[in-house]
Amino acid sequence: MNYLLSLVIFSPIFGAIIMSIFLRGESEEADRNAKLLALVTTIATLVFSFFIIAQFDPSISDFQLVEEYEWILGLKFKVGVDGISVPLVLLTTGIMPLVVLSSWSIKTKVKQYMVCFLFLETLMIGVFCSLDLVLFYLFFESGLIPMFLIIGIWGGSNRVYAAFKFFLYTLLGSILMLFAMLYMWFVAGTTDLPTLMSFEFDYSPMNLLGFEITGGIQTLLWWAFFASFAVKLPMWPFHTWLPDAHVQAPTGGSVVLAAVLLKMGGYGFIRFNLPMFTEASFLFQNVVFILSIVAIIYTSLVALMQTDVKKLIAYSSVAHMGFVTLGIFSMNQQGIDGAIFQMLSHGFISAALFLLVGVVYDRMGTREINSYGGLAVNMPRYALFFVFFTMANVGLPGTSGFVGEFLALAGAFQVNIFITVLATSGIVLSASYALWLSRRMLFGEITNQRLTDITDLNSREKLVFAPLIIATLLLGIIPMPIFEIISYSSESLVLDLLAEKNQ
Amino acid sequence: MTHLDVLTIGPELLLVIFCLISLLVASFYDSINASNLVFFSTIGLLILVAFLIYISPYKMMPAFGGAFVRDSFAQYFQITILLSVAALLILSKEYLVKYQLLKFEYPILVAFSTLGMLIVVSSGNLLVLYLGIEIQSLSLYVIATFRRNNLKSTEAGLKYFVLGSLSSGLMLFGSSLIYGSTGSIEFKEIYAAINSGGFLLGIMAGLVFLISGMAFKASAVPFHMWTPDVYEGSPTPVTGFFATAPKLAAMAILLRVLFDCFGSAVESWQQVIIILSFCSMFLGSIAAIGQKNIKRLMAFSSIGHVGFALIGVACATEEGIAAVLIYMVIYVIMNVGVFAFILNMEREGVAVTNIESLAMYSDVSPGQAFFLAILLFSLAGIPPLAGFFAKFYIFSAAIDSGLIWLAISGGIASVVAAFYYLRIVYLMYFGESKELLTGSMPVTHWILFVGAALLMLVGTVNLYGLDGPAKVAAFSLLN
Repeated sequence: MNYLLSLVIFSPIFGAIIMSIFLRGESEEADRNAKLLALVTTIATLVFSFFIIAQFDPSISDFQLVEEYEWILGLKFKVGVDGISVPLVLLTTGIMPLVVLSSWSIKTKVKQYMVCFLFLETLMIGVFCSLDLVLFYLFFESGLIPMFLIIGIWGGSNRVYAAFKFFLYTLLGSILMLFAMLYMWFVAGTTDLPTLMSFEFDYSPMNLLGFEITGGIQTLLWWAFFASFAVKLPMWPFHTWLPDAHVQAPTGGSVVLAAVLLKMGGYGFIRFNLPMFTEASFLFQNVVFILSIVAIIYTSLVALMQTDVKKLIAYSSVAHMGFVTLGIFSMNQQGIDGAIFQMLSHGFISAALFLLVGVVYDRMGTREINSYGGLAVNMPRYALFFVFFTMANVGLPGTSGFVGEFLALAGAFQVNIFITVLATSGIVLSASYALWLSRRMLFGEITNQRLTDITDLNSREKLVFAPLIIATLLLGIIPMPIFEIISYSSESLVLDLLAEKNQ
Repeated sequence: MTHLDVLTIGPELLLVIFCLISLLVASFYDSINASNLVFFSTIGLLILVAFLIYISPYKMMPAFGGAFVRDSFAQYFQITILLSVAALLILSKEYLVKYQLLKFEYPILVAFSTLGMLIVVSSGNLLVLYLGIEIQSLSLYVIATFRRNNLKSTEAGLKYFVLGSLSSGLMLFGSSLIYGSTGSIEFKEIYAAINSGGFLLGIMAGLVFLISGMAFKASAVPFHMWTPDVYEGSPTPVTGFFATAPKLAAMAILLRVLFDCFGSAVESWQQVIIILSFCSMFLGSIAAIGQKNIKRLMAFSSIGHVGFALIGVACATEEGIAAVLIYMVIYVIMNVGVFAFILNMEREGVAVTNIESLAMYSDVSPGQAFFLAILLFSLAGIPPLAGFFAKFYIFSAAIDSGLIWLAISGGIASVVAAFYYLRIVYLMYFGESKELLTGSMPVTHWILFVGAALLMLVGTVNLYGLDGPAKVAAFSLLN
């Protein structure tokens, strides 16, 4: 038995336990030690996760590195990875050291802050690795606790509202999923994911409260899972918690939220909705397409009118997640590959954008776009990075954003041309808000007197951005290594989908 | 009566003898030292009795012609009741000393009421059931008013007494109707009579009265009215006591009566339990939101939790019963932990129960705030804590037995309930602080408090190995 996955999943929490037991005191040394320990833990986890790639054989579409233990109530602790989850695990472990580095300026309750993030990292990796329904739910839901505290304790002025909204909104979304899971357990008699994926849930029409339901029980289960993941992703119209949570969360919280937590929704669609409820997925393909289109166009327009930088980026995240759902529910190889790639690329880009906002927020204490302007004068490097990442966000060829969006749109094109044409217009809108944002933030006259002596990025901040720039460029220019990992798993998924469709 | 009967009830007899002797002795030597001695020996004895029941070789053997049964089901509840009472007595000690309430009657009264609970749990006929309930309740009425010079405490006791007697009356009336219709008070014979003679109108009426009385003891809506006031008025350790052991006993008798007497007429009571459960969950969740007093909040919280446990009763399956057993134990552990904390909420020597006073508690004591947060998240049923698995098992049993709507409404109620638990966490970590709490926690409290919180985490790994015994107990109740 190989213990690698357990090692990767539990090493952050191990670091958190050490920190909470052995690190005492409120002094500056204690704070610095907490930061260092968190950094060491996250980097160690990153190193361990490299071994996953080393041992992972991309030419097998099955789950690998599987570990299975007996657990309580007849459940099993079962973890494993396939080509779809490996990139996301690496995204998580890769982003976390940057989050810790970017939180160097945190002053209050440093130890608790770091413990929350390490705890969160364990849960996020666990979500992408679990091969048991209940284990998945456990990791998926537990993330609410540290995130609630992160937004609540270290957040902005309206943090109480944002924290509660985030918590209750996502909890309500996933409660439905819990019941769907219990029902699946009852019907299929197992909570094992690979078995459930090949299990055929009944889709003959049924009658509920006098309504005829096409697709029967599969429809209901599909909607229950959809509700949970659509809130998490978030899809329009379930996205309203995201701008609040993003704006109020501290920089590190925003980064984790945008880079990893949102991806759980997309991962859930690929892992649960498509393979388990295939008939229902085909049935509601167009519904998801329409929601995605609305997300892309409407939230881009909303982003255009934001006065708060973080809110703008949050709305742009919702728009970009629209491409992800579009790609996933096109249910062909390009679409799904593109969606996974887009999740990965958005992970890096949105993380970088929130970190960039964090840099000026640390210096100025405001996120109002109007109080900036002319940043390029005193912060040339910052301006360079800012333009680079906003352009990557738009999907400029040569950056990773282009590859993902292009493939997702190519996948959707094969299914519905009209929808794809509309979705493509989202790229224009995205370019307009991105350019306008850069124009208002970076260029023009310096109107705010406090900006005259603002300092450029220091070396720690440059260190944070360097890996993100490299990742964005590298994935944009040579995306093949990633697709080599993804393609076998996604191909077998697509083949299964087609086989069930043609039945 | 044979000597075997006496041996079977040996542990209970030991408790009776102890109570009587210490009552007698302590009346002559009424001093602080004597009180202390009685206190500690009661705690010791409760644990000893729990151990004796655990190792008792006279299982599955009805004593006194079936009036007293100690099956695995009874054993499970008796041990948990005894341990939770012992934990609560440990918690009471410091508080009683601090507020000059330590009298030797306190531990003895608690022991008497524990005796009542033990009898109730293993009762085999309606009369023993009634007597057990009365032993339990009479002692509870007295300790509710233990702070005699306090208006609220006496009000709580009186309210509890009047309403409690009413419910006892209902139960007695129900029992007599059932006796009249079936000609017996033995559970087994009632079961047989229903099987052979059908479900007569008299039995139906008796069942309704019995369920009302038991729902009152369990504080299920709409028989919950007394709970918030009694919880608020009683001295805090007594409140903690009310929230734990009597709730276990109430669930136990509900299960006992419903399955041992009316197990063959499930459809006749299932609907009632579903409604009780539904109302309790939602009232418990919604009414708690507006509470400012943490003891009242815990009262509504316990109403809500009873509602969740009742889902398992309504399932009427072995899995459902096992789920209730696990749920109640986890619920009791959480409550022991939370009350260990509430007992020490004070500002400059004055006890406070206002929730707002917890604002920014994480600045006063980061460790305690953290452990309380764990307990609260567990009460809210958020994974990965044990409280989640309690709810999870209940919901899973409900879905297996077709009560999908009840399970889903339970889920929605738990989201509503999450709000008020979260509110306390929010206050502790990022509330607006006016005056911080002072006061430290005695070691014994700290151990129980932190122990309960850690158990919530450990529960994720193995659920304390409870699922095995719970299944055995559920099996023994159904057969």
